[in-house]
Amino acid sequence: MLTKRIIPCLDIKDGRVVKGVKFLGLKDAGDPVEAASAYDKQGADELVFLDITASFEKRKTLIELVEKIARNIFMPFIVGGGVSGIDDIRNILNAGAEKVSLNTQAVRFPELIFDASKKFGSQCIVLAIDAKKCYPVNQLASEWEVYINGGRTPTGIDALEWVKKGARLGAGEILLTSMDFDGTKDGYDLELTKAVSGAVNIPVIASGGAGKLEDFYNCFAKTGADAALAASLFHYGEYSVKQVKEYLRERGIPVRL
Amino acid sequence: MIALIDYGMGNIFSVKKALELCGAGVLVTNNPADILSCEKIVLPGVGAFDDAMFELEKQGLVPVIKNEVKSKKPFLGICLGMHLLFENSEEAKIRKGLGILKGRVRKFLKGSQKVPHIGWNQVNLNNSGPMADGRWPMQCPLLKNIKDGSYVYFCHSYYVEPDDKSIVALTCDYGVDFTAGVWQGNVYGVQFHPEKSQEVGLKILENFVNLC
Repeated sequence: MLTKRIIPCLDIKDGRVVKGVKFLGLKDAGDPVEAASAYDKQGADELVFLDITASFEKRKTLIELVEKIARNIFMPFIVGGGVSGIDDIRNILNAGAEKVSLNTQAVRFPELIFDASKKFGSQCIVLAIDAKKCYPVNQLASEWEVYINGGRTPTGIDALEWVKKGARLGAGEILLTSMDFDGTKDGYDLELTKAVSGAVNIPVIASGGAGKLEDFYNCFAKTGADAALAASLFHYGEYSVKQVKEYLRERGIPVRL
Repeated sequence: MIALIDYGMGNIFSVKKALELCGAGVLVTNNPADILSCEKIVLPGVGAFDDAMFELEKQGLVPVIKNEVKSKKPFLGICLGMHLLFENSEEAKIRKGLGILKGRVRKFLKGSQKVPHIGWNQVNLNNSGPMADGRWPMQCPLLKNIKDGSYVYFCHSYYVEPDDKSIVALTCDYGVDFTAGVWQGNVYGVQFHPEKSQEVGLKILENFVNLC
């Protein structure tokens, strides 16, 4: 049986793991290579690495860091942040990543999703979406709006319409971050995650808000998500990946232990 | 030395370091002479079937792969590298596969299951019971010390359907019971990513490295 995945996420800034609340107030959370190896040993199902500096001059060091991490782990590895085109994607895959996540650039140029999935296969193209609840004044079909540039820029694009379009264009997976819940530890945005999971027939990774063991259970039991991502909860050692999985297994959620 | 064929279809690095961890010398190459001189061949692959065959043809690798497989050199195809062993694919609009194994590559039907099939799923060994004639099938050397029901990492939208079911070494259940591993003489193929499957995957690669 296909198991639900538990995915630690490393937000990387200037070569260090950082974590903020609702995309702001970043704090240092350790060395990325050490953290990645530790999660591999804990039996994490996958690792996400998001470069949140992503400025042009730092791209080269990013690739070196990806290589360094990939050398030490034997689980799938998603890399994203500032990915701007086919060459970036190729470099990241060649550095040892399994998948590449596209966010801002995919919103600006949706054909990138099509080109990239045609070139490298849908299975390695992840569409990352930062969504935030909006108010009726925005005239969107659903209640969530897509933000880009690390959550700084609203787009006026409806999140549910965008995931459907992304899936049609060839994205193989959705990495869905709730900006309202990110870093709050109040639990995943169940409403948003459920709506997105129901809108597409590709796997959805829920992100933002994990703070307690029940949050993971609720995410899987109530939304149709395929994977749950968490950052600070794992970085600060509140729970290990194994503890989360043991908790889920006791409650009948299929996990790999 | 293992020739790890680099034909521009990604994912070389992970496979290389995993094989090296298993004690192998690895030569990343697209040079037919290297493939000829190495003792084993690994064909990885991430991407589209047509593009992959196009690259193999363009780089003049098709004849050397076919000849070396025929001369009994151990060969392992991973994911798309396994698909290419077969005759044709529903994914391909233009090209045929290497045709080393008989059968085709099919797409998962969209239905109750999400496509791509992404994540950790269990594989079932095809030698867990006697065959129709009462004999027990031979154990695939690649699966030595691998337990029935082990979890490995999958990431794909297509799967192989061999004509000869006796070459199926592993199956996996994802709505359909599909072929997750094949074995025919010196030819091995796995649908999942052993290089990304932690302990179980590394054990499988180690078994390949230790083949004589």
